[in-house]
Amino acid sequence: MRHVRLLVALFVALLLAGGSYFVPSAPAAQTMGPVTDAIGVVKINKGQPITIAYWLVIAGPDATLGVDSRRGIEIAIDDAKGTLVGHPIRLIGEDSACNAEGGTTAATKLAANKAIVAAIGSSCSSEARPGAPILWKAGIVTVSPSNTAPVLTAPDRGPDYGGYMRTAHNDQVQGKVAAEFATRVLKVKKAATIHDGSPYAEGLANVFADVFTRLNGAGSVTSREAISPTDTDMRPVLTKIAAAKPELIYFPVFIAAGGFIARQAKEVSGLGAAVKLMSADGTFSPDFVKAAGDSVVGMYNSSPDLSPQALGPGYTVFLNKHKKKYGGNPLSAFHPHAYDAANLIFAAIRKVAKKDAQGNTYIGRQALRDALFATKGFKGLTGTLTCNQYGDCADPKIAVYQHTTADVTKWNPGTSPKKIYP
Amino acid sequence: MRRSGLARIPIIDIFLWVFRIGVIGVVLYGSFGTLRQGKYSGEVWIDFVVFGLSQGSVYALIALGYTMVYGILRMINFAHGEVFMSGAYVAYFAAAAFNAAGFLNRQPVIALLAVLGVAMLTSTGIALVVERIAYRPLRRAPRLVPLIAAIGASFFLQYTFRGFFGTGFQAYPGVNVLKGEWVLAGIGILRTQAVVIVGAVVMMLALYLFVQRTKTGTAMRAVSEDMEVAAMMGIDVDRIIVITFGVGAAAAGAAGVLYALVFPQVHFFMGFLPGIKAFTAAVLGGIGNIPGAMVGGLFLGIFESVGPTLFLEGLTVPGIYPAGIPAPYQLKDVIAFVMLVMVLIFRPSGILGERLATKKA
Repeated sequence: MRHVRLLVALFVALLLAGGSYFVPSAPAAQTMGPVTDAIGVVKINKGQPITIAYWLVIAGPDATLGVDSRRGIEIAIDDAKGTLVGHPIRLIGEDSACNAEGGTTAATKLAANKAIVAAIGSSCSSEARPGAPILWKAGIVTVSPSNTAPVLTAPDRGPDYGGYMRTAHNDQVQGKVAAEFATRVLKVKKAATIHDGSPYAEGLANVFADVFTRLNGAGSVTSREAISPTDTDMRPVLTKIAAAKPELIYFPVFIAAGGFIARQAKEVSGLGAAVKLMSADGTFSPDFVKAAGDSVVGMYNSSPDLSPQALGPGYTVFLNKHKKKYGGNPLSAFHPHAYDAANLIFAAIRKVAKKDAQGNTYIGRQALRDALFATKGFKGLTGTLTCNQYGDCADPKIAVYQHTTADVTKWNPGTSPKKIYP
Repeated sequence: MRRSGLARIPIIDIFLWVFRIGVIGVVLYGSFGTLRQGKYSGEVWIDFVVFGLSQGSVYALIALGYTMVYGILRMINFAHGEVFMSGAYVAYFAAAAFNAAGFLNRQPVIALLAVLGVAMLTSTGIALVVERIAYRPLRRAPRLVPLIAAIGASFFLQYTFRGFFGTGFQAYPGVNVLKGEWVLAGIGILRTQAVVIVGAVVMMLALYLFVQRTKTGTAMRAVSEDMEVAAMMGIDVDRIIVITFGVGAAAAGAAGVLYALVFPQVHFFMGFLPGIKAFTAAVLGGIGNIPGAMVGGLFLGIFESVGPTLFLEGLTVPGIYPAGIPAPYQLKDVIAFVMLVMVLIFRPSGILGERLATKKA
């Protein structure tokens, strides 16, 4: 009996010892070949691929958001002819599920892989909140194509987020455009907001409410409500909102809950057909049209401006490549941001990568991070990108779209839904 | 041995009394505050109750399956939420096909009955297979074993559907006849909700009569009283258990379609939360007790719908929330589960009592 226990104890100890190999070690100064770096060096042997990872939502109700971004990355890799500083590019990835748990899991998995040079992601701000610090602890810098919550690049974000930056707009911008559109174009005097408790939705709803209050005076935001992302019955909360008779409901949430709100708002007697509905980039997807059904017609969505006037001729070339490769229109609005994120990373790697006599490549992690944050006047698909010290790189252009049809097959951002502002 | 008077009052009892009085105080204070504000008219409150009734009747239909299986096997069938999901999911394909053919809007009654039939058949089939494979071999095992098997079956079903149909959702087609609302005695009620409430009530009545009035129902009650004695009286226990699973699953399948009429999105994970809520409803009403499941479901639905506004809107906390708790609907699930705790503290055997379990519990 005692022998058995001893054996079990030994076995457990062995397992633990084995497991510790996979625990990401704390970054420390390292010298490898010609490069010395404060938090570590990645060595890529001659002929071996250089690994870039994505962590995006590629499954579940919000899959269109992440798949759209992944396509942007893949086209960027095609444009680089699949090679970078003499090595083939290898793209790996994890699904991050558009929630905090998924973000933690994906980031932990990526952090354990020492071959990863840089990451692109995440899709949803709720993933980046816990995920970005995990990656940065492992020395991996990450560029998000679609996180928009203001808190992620706020000046008080702390050193844990030191390796986090984004090519997506900050919702300080999107919320302001939405509130201005509601006031000046829709001539709305009273509005209500609904968020789902995620950093993205809560941040955006608050920016909208603050700007709207500034434009229309105190009391113009009749109520600020919240639901949870898995809720299905929105009628009670909509009935509650209806009591104060707002003219517009702004609900910057995600696809599943957004679909329920759009459908049920038409059914709540106090609101009726007169109330205007507006959502944001989180629901800018054909899947949302599917979820909302007929009630989507007439609804407004704020989202990045993808018109040729805003983005220039480069985007038309990109769209042709997209059509050729995937056959069809983009699924969401963040593929150009993902394309730019990938190209920013490629440019920074070209800047800091050093070769030794045998043809092996060395990349310093801190050096790569600094090169990325030093980006200035980078001509990208979404505009001219310049990064500030807190990781905001975007050249934000926000448009408002109006849905004209509930037919998913007609999805073509710009004409259906139709761009109406600015 | 003599004990002093103070030692005879257990600390836990004191704590429970303070807790009970505290919660009732908070609820009364919050409700009074909300009503005094006078922000919501009577019609709004009636709307809340109607929304709660339709949600609650779906919970009640699912809860029936939990409670019937528990009454007979003393086992919580945690795969029941997935049985509900499978019915709704497979029936979606029937509904989509009918919609594409135009049949759904030309003959809505027949089409909906057919969709309902598909859902009930699917759910029953899946529940019977799960019973045969995962539960029957474990009937003599300790109680915990079939419980774990049920959780395993639940995961198996979820991820099988995920594998077959993907992680995305499907949107149920709408039925034109069910758009808009009917006005009953001055109260507007959404047509889908009216159909759901009526459908659920009819189904529950049928089930109740089945258990109370038919020979099979009598056999069911006998098996739940005492399985061995029932077997000695010549009742085929295995057959009765299969029928119990089948009937409970058919109710869950019907609930799936009714649920999808009101909330037209189906996905592989949709059974989880309604399953948990229905289990809560079954415990609320007194598990093992069929009318209890119905009462518990309706109770839970109404509380979820009315509770956040009624209790929290007027719940002012000086210094922190001077205008009441903001955005109370986020706390909907908290209210539902706090209510479960409260009912278990006040009446440990549920609202109507754990009627069938008196001998064995």
